[in-house]
Amino acid sequence: MFAGAMKDRLNNSRLVLQDVSLSFGTMPVIQNLSLTVNSGEFVVMVGPSGCGKTTILNLLSGYMRPGLGSIKTEGVIRTVYQQDGLFPWLTVSENISMGLRSLKDSVHREKELRSLFELIRLEDFKNNYPHELSGGMRQRVELARALAGDSDILLMDEPFSALDYQTRLRMRYELIRLLENRPRTVVFVTHDIEEAAQLADRVLVLSKRPATILQELQITSLKPRDLTDGEVIKATRIILEKLGVLQEAII
Amino acid sequence: MKGKSDRTLFNSGQAPALVQNKPVAYKTRRWRILVLPLIVFFILLLTWYLLVRFNIFPSYAMPSPGAVARSFWEDVKSGTLINDIVASLWRVAVGFIISALLGIPAGLWLGQHITARQAFLPILNFLRFLSPLAWIPFAILWFHIGDKPAVFLIFMATFFPLALATMSAVATIPAIYFRVAKDYNYKGFELLTKVTFPAVLPQIITALRVSYGISWIVIVAAEMVGCQDGLGYGIWEARNGLRLDSAAGYMIVIGLLGMAIDRFLSQFSKLPNVRWGYER
Repeated sequence: MFAGAMKDRLNNSRLVLQDVSLSFGTMPVIQNLSLTVNSGEFVVMVGPSGCGKTTILNLLSGYMRPGLGSIKTEGVIRTVYQQDGLFPWLTVSENISMGLRSLKDSVHREKELRSLFELIRLEDFKNNYPHELSGGMRQRVELARALAGDSDILLMDEPFSALDYQTRLRMRYELIRLLENRPRTVVFVTHDIEEAAQLADRVLVLSKRPATILQELQITSLKPRDLTDGEVIKATRIILEKLGVLQEAII
Repeated sequence: MKGKSDRTLFNSGQAPALVQNKPVAYKTRRWRILVLPLIVFFILLLTWYLLVRFNIFPSYAMPSPGAVARSFWEDVKSGTLINDIVASLWRVAVGFIISALLGIPAGLWLGQHITARQAFLPILNFLRFLSPLAWIPFAILWFHIGDKPAVFLIFMATFFPLALATMSAVATIPAIYFRVAKDYNYKGFELLTKVTFPAVLPQIITALRVSYGISWIVIVAAEMVGCQDGLGYGIWEARNGLRLDSAAGYMIVIGLLGMAIDRFLSQFSKLPNVRWGYER
């Protein structure tokens, strides 16, 4: 076993937000938010658009600093974006290799690259450039790059929302399968409630700006979960209710 | 349902032929690319011939196509044309390479540092709009006659557009690339060579083609006053001897060489790692 190099096991990783507040100018975006994400947990944040979900990811990744409160992170963090996160001047294989930069041994790097390609089943597109791939394929490459090497925590900012509906459904299963092979701590932001219910261990329903946590919801049924799984439907209903969508629809 | 309505429309029970649009269109396009410009060329040649034939301009001011061809052949045989071509190409190459080697890094630097940009942008814009030909008196006094003033003028003509184009390309790189770069630990010089530079390379290639075009225009003017050989000097000397047939031959050579080199530079935009910049 290579010590620590091939991360098919979960290292200790943790994200802690403590009483975090942030304003853009005079506009409060986040108010007194406390949140702990434990090792191996899959946390999904849903909330109305513009509520500050992406800002929370920016705080976790260190791209932004909080106005008040503290943020502690343990582990290597990588972000998966909605689209265009791949470098267009690099081939698929070179993009994934970016994630393996920390590995010094080139033989080991090769081996790891091959196993990642097997995992995302895109061996035939190794030497293609991102603009030659479909949207779903590009997101699979992004996932492989983020899972490569020494990453511990994935921050995912609506990674599937630019995809068509069917591809989006497939990508959910794909993500679950990849995480079975390479477990990671995940913080996933989406406006897609089904997606939240299918993927999450814990769903955080956020309020309108300034963002506070309206509801925490544990979903314990085994993954992958079907769209028609009882717990998924139940969770979807609770989330819709908390967001106020159900009431509005009925009125 | 659709087949049925087709049948009534065309009154035919037969299946429609397979659509073969694409290959046919491709073939005709290739054919057109060769033939259409040739037709235009011959029309222009004929117009030229008729202008001479009916003495629209006095004959000393309008050489005939035949006279141009004859003097062209003389210039080739005597070796002056080849010598002038080599001289001009050399000056453009040196001036252009110096300007690329300094202008592209300068643009990268300016693009990344807002303070530098604020400080230098007005003066760069000022110099960009100053015609390089305005430097001719200084160029000759500083560098005398020969390659140097021409190289200097080429540099003055191309450095500013190259630096400014690179700078604005850097300033518009999507922020997401730098965020990804941070996630994967690209820093300092590596960030510059592995992220910033490839991200602007397609625009740099375009800027190189544009500024090469400028330099090929400037060299002719520069050589008219600052040199003893070169294509520009050849035209100037032909004018002094009232040999407009020779001047026209030189003009044709300048145009063709310019096209050929641009064709060569355009090959860089076909490199696989810059294709993305032209296809999006």
